[in-house]
Amino acid sequence: MTEPLMKLVELTKAYPGVVANSDVSFNIEAGKVHALLGENGAGKSTLVKTIYGLVKPDTGTMVLDGKPFTPTEPRAARAAGIAMVFQHFSLFEALTVAENVALGMENPPPLRDLAQRIRDVSETYGLPLDPSRIVGDLSAGERQRVEIIRCLLQDPKVLIMDEPTSVLTPQEVDILFETLRKLKSEGTAILYISHKLEEIRALCDHATVLRLGKVVGTCDPRETSAREMAELMVGGTLHVPKREAGEAGETLMQINGLSAPSPREFGTSLKDIRIDVRAGDVIGIGGVAGNGQDELLSALSGEIRAGAGQISFLGNDIGHLAPDARRTLGICAAPEERMGHAAAPDMSLTENAALTARKRKDLTNNGFIDWGKTRNFANEIIERFDVRTPGPGNAARSLSGGNLQKFVIGREILQDPQILIVNQPTWGVDASAAAAIRQALLDLAAKGAGVIVISQDLDELMEISDSFAALNEGRLSKPRPAKELTVEEIGLMLGGAHDMEVAHVETAS
Amino acid sequence: MFGSIDPLLLLASLMVAATPILLAAIGELVVERSGVLNLGVEGMMITGSIIGFIAAINTGSPWLGFVCAALGGAGMALLFGILTQFLLSNQVATGLALTLFGLGLASLLGQGYLGVKAPAFPDWYIPVLGDIPIIGPIVFQHDPMVYVGLSIVAGVWWFLNKTRAGLILRAVGENHEAAHALGYNVVRTRLLAIMFGGACAGLGGAYLSIVRVPTYADSLTAGAGWIALAIVVFASWKPGRLLLGAYLFGGVTVLQLNLQAAGVQFPLILLALSLLAVGVAGMFSVWRNNRLKSLGSAVSLALIAGGLLCIPILSGKMAQLKVEYLSMSPYIATIIVLVIMQASGAPGSLGKIFHASR
Amino acid sequence: MIALEKRPQPSQFWSFAAPIVAVILTMIFGAALFAMLGKPPIEALGKIFWEPLFGEYNFFYLPQLLIKGAPLVAIALGLSLGFKAGIWNIGAEGQYIIGALCGAGVGLAFYPMEARWLIFPVMLIAGAFGGFAWAMIPGILRVKFNTNEILVSLMLVYVAEQLLASMALGVMKNPDGMGFPGSRNLSQYASSSSWIDQSNGMHWGVVIALIGVIFAYILFAKHILGFQIKLAGQAPRAAAFSGVSPARLVLFCLGTSGALAGIAGLTEVSGPAGIVSIDFNVGYGFTAIIVAFLGRLHPVGILFAGALMALTYIGGDIAQSSLGLPKAAMQMFQGMLLFCLLGVDVLTNYRVRMMKRGAV
Repeated sequence: MTEPLMKLVELTKAYPGVVANSDVSFNIEAGKVHALLGENGAGKSTLVKTIYGLVKPDTGTMVLDGKPFTPTEPRAARAAGIAMVFQHFSLFEALTVAENVALGMENPPPLRDLAQRIRDVSETYGLPLDPSRIVGDLSAGERQRVEIIRCLLQDPKVLIMDEPTSVLTPQEVDILFETLRKLKSEGTAILYISHKLEEIRALCDHATVLRLGKVVGTCDPRETSAREMAELMVGGTLHVPKREAGEAGETLMQINGLSAPSPREFGTSLKDIRIDVRAGDVIGIGGVAGNGQDELLSALSGEIRAGAGQISFLGNDIGHLAPDARRTLGICAAPEERMGHAAAPDMSLTENAALTARKRKDLTNNGFIDWGKTRNFANEIIERFDVRTPGPGNAARSLSGGNLQKFVIGREILQDPQILIVNQPTWGVDASAAAAIRQALLDLAAKGAGVIVISQDLDELMEISDSFAALNEGRLSKPRPAKELTVEEIGLMLGGAHDMEVAHVETAS
Repeated sequence: MFGSIDPLLLLASLMVAATPILLAAIGELVVERSGVLNLGVEGMMITGSIIGFIAAINTGSPWLGFVCAALGGAGMALLFGILTQFLLSNQVATGLALTLFGLGLASLLGQGYLGVKAPAFPDWYIPVLGDIPIIGPIVFQHDPMVYVGLSIVAGVWWFLNKTRAGLILRAVGENHEAAHALGYNVVRTRLLAIMFGGACAGLGGAYLSIVRVPTYADSLTAGAGWIALAIVVFASWKPGRLLLGAYLFGGVTVLQLNLQAAGVQFPLILLALSLLAVGVAGMFSVWRNNRLKSLGSAVSLALIAGGLLCIPILSGKMAQLKVEYLSMSPYIATIIVLVIMQASGAPGSLGKIFHASR
Repeated sequence: MIALEKRPQPSQFWSFAAPIVAVILTMIFGAALFAMLGKPPIEALGKIFWEPLFGEYNFFYLPQLLIKGAPLVAIALGLSLGFKAGIWNIGAEGQYIIGALCGAGVGLAFYPMEARWLIFPVMLIAGAFGGFAWAMIPGILRVKFNTNEILVSLMLVYVAEQLLASMALGVMKNPDGMGFPGSRNLSQYASSSSWIDQSNGMHWGVVIALIGVIFAYILFAKHILGFQIKLAGQAPRAAAFSGVSPARLVLFCLGTSGALAGIAGLTEVSGPAGIVSIDFNVGYGFTAIIVAFLGRLHPVGILFAGALMALTYIGGDIAQSSLGLPKAAMQMFQGMLLFCLLGVDVLTNYRVRMMKRGAV
């Protein structure tokens, strides 16, 4: 057997309160795709940051090409031949593709030559890009291409990809895999981080499973079932939410031609959205990030106002109403960004309870807030939703992602809304908390509320939705009953592969 | 109507009047492009003016005065830099503190130098170009700092758009998280930008005390630092437009001073000034991106201002020139221009605190 | 290597301790400054901080504390509303002047009528309205055109100063003043004076400042508006989600701080200052910014910070007359106070850690 390209030996890294990596060791071989599996919080990000030089391990060593490898910063890692495509892109929206690529390189050639190289490389690998476009105008899939091209131009020995398919449609995923297979055949080693088991089985040669910072198993994904890998990741059997098949009730909310511009400079505006929400229904809205999910939630929650006749609730036009007025009527929402949008990080949980529950929980009296009542409500949320925190006086930012998400969703559910809209309800949340949240949403629907779940996680949507629609560039596809759909059809609904054959220049939407 | 004002002289003195603001503004533009808002420009300018002045008097060399002023400004800016980049303090509050501190420091240092005259800083005479009829004396016969200012603007343009270091600075200003993730040293880039901004502000202040006035007084800058901040917004953070903005304000300042001396009817003057500011800014706005709506609001503002001023004319009460109202005009013009320009194109990370969690 | 690590919770201890540590640090730096100027440092500090409170002539100085402290506290309270929400009213000095002009104008217009129950309250309202209106200019411009309120409110300070000069030398000039610049002395007429007890330094400005502290405390502790202000300043997206109307907040904060600054100006011009003159404004609008931050944007903190700042004014005067310490040194001192506070403040949200160099 040939000497592995890269060896990780007993890497350990601890942060206050948590051991991110504990004695992690495995080998990466040239010309192979190695998967790194694990749930959120398993330690995958920390490990790859160590490889990329962003983080210094407390103990342990790395060996690259037979020589010790100790990058002190990303530049050193890049110079040694490590390239990384982050899950959250390091892109500059106001700059062009060429400028973005130049910033990710060590010694970039003059911009004109670089632009030509970008065109060449992107065509070769089937990911065409126009170097003069402003990145802010690109879709999420196209932005990922910029990240990948940035890496490829450096002829890397090891290419690390961190959750790459979370922003891609199924067709785009196929194309990405073709690119990766081409790279593999040229001898590049690929470290592929994901928690999507079917993809790993389709693409990868080896897999290492992390749980709570430790290596709990290695396997060959081609010979292992998804179920076995899932059990390794989670360490046991998973609780699948139970659903009572309910009767769809009266129409609660009608969205008739909702159109609204995005408040953000590089956002996606909504175009003519039509859907009805019935009591007891769970509507799943899927879509790759950046297609208007934030804007849709804001338009429904009241942050963005809609024109006359575009949104009606129980027969009344509500498009012009502010968030609190809508809450009084019974419409609640939970945005995607829990720190900073759904909750104020520096405020206590009690204060965060007052953020949205003032009207429905009757927490104010002539403009004065009853803090005692609010604290009780916060305690109720903490108890009912198993939020791990010393008390309601603690700042929101002291909670872990999963716990804060439970609090945020719990806060809305305990207000007994008639309509609840949530955006990415289980993103970044550990498996058991995610299952609890999904069950809570289903229970709410069973009581007769209408629930809209906007999510990038198709597995989640298939699990809990009655009907499914896809959001693509601000447009909503016609809703279809979820039971009838296949993965192919979902992919097509999500918009299919953008311009995969020919690079094109588009005007901004 | 314009009495005894010589338009050619007016144009020449416009360049001189614009220079201190130009210097301070181009420095602040670089700082803001890196994502930092430094409101301490006024404080750095006045400190630069006294340090430069003291150095010039004591060494007899105005050039050394300018060098010391730049160093002094950079030093003050470093204080701001340490507080905001290392101690993560709020940028608005720290900038204000810098201004208050700088005003106090300058006043303290300037105690023994009030009214003293600076060593002479003679104009250059650029051969050949200076001989061109009409344009020659206006553009090519100024003191060297005017040309230093212009070359700094050109240098900054080239730096930002054509060099890698400039690209990195722009990236840091757009998205400091991404820049950090790519391995660029955000804090160091910003500190360098902040010190450059301070040096330029110091130069601008020293220009006032050494060349323009030329002496030191406690209210020497009279808001020039704040106007410089407004000009950066007016320029949409682009060096070329900054030049235009600085000259516009130089023009307003010079015009109102000349009009004070010439004793012209004040309401007409205010009308003329507001229309001037509005006209240029409005044309600009329309040319840039078809903002007919803002042009409309600008024109209505100007009409309202002019209309209000017709009342005193008609009632015959304020036929006499009022010095104070003319002195207000640069500040009112600044407000009008800020309204029209409706700041767009701000760097994405402007004003946000950056903390690298490692 | 020293690094900063974000605390999971803002530290209660440092919230209180930071201003105290800042004051101590400033005293140390200040002492160094005084020494560099050739003045005995400890003695100078004593003259500034000890003497006005406990010295021989403290019966004279203590009322001065009220006189100088009241406008600072009143203005700073108003500023703190906006600052907490990220709305930066830097033009309080201008609103102070315009409030004084409007109120004084009303008072002078009524002269020589004698009707205190009528005239003074109307002056008060005029003063509040003047400051309010002057602050509405940056407010409305921000709401309608998204213009930066820092620059607009600041420009208006310079405009206000020119207006003051024009009024003091022109329309408001005392016809019986024998050619001297400035208006009639409003504090000498019962109808227009803001004094309650001149010998103790008590005037209506003090009363209003204290009432303001109570109101502001209740606002922040219990009222929804106070909650929304805090929210808007800390997490603007969460504020929008919660339903806070940014326009309403901007207008409320700017309007209230303008009104308070206007009232401070009015009580000052019809009391301690007495006449409308060119140099009637002494920079309270700017010093109040320091007071607001030193008081941690909290009403009770501002009360103490205002007293402290007034102390430095008074002590500075003493040090100037007895030790020849220049007035500008006190200005620097006050600026240093703000710097030190901003520097120490980092400890409220971050912990200092010694990071080990990782072994790879």
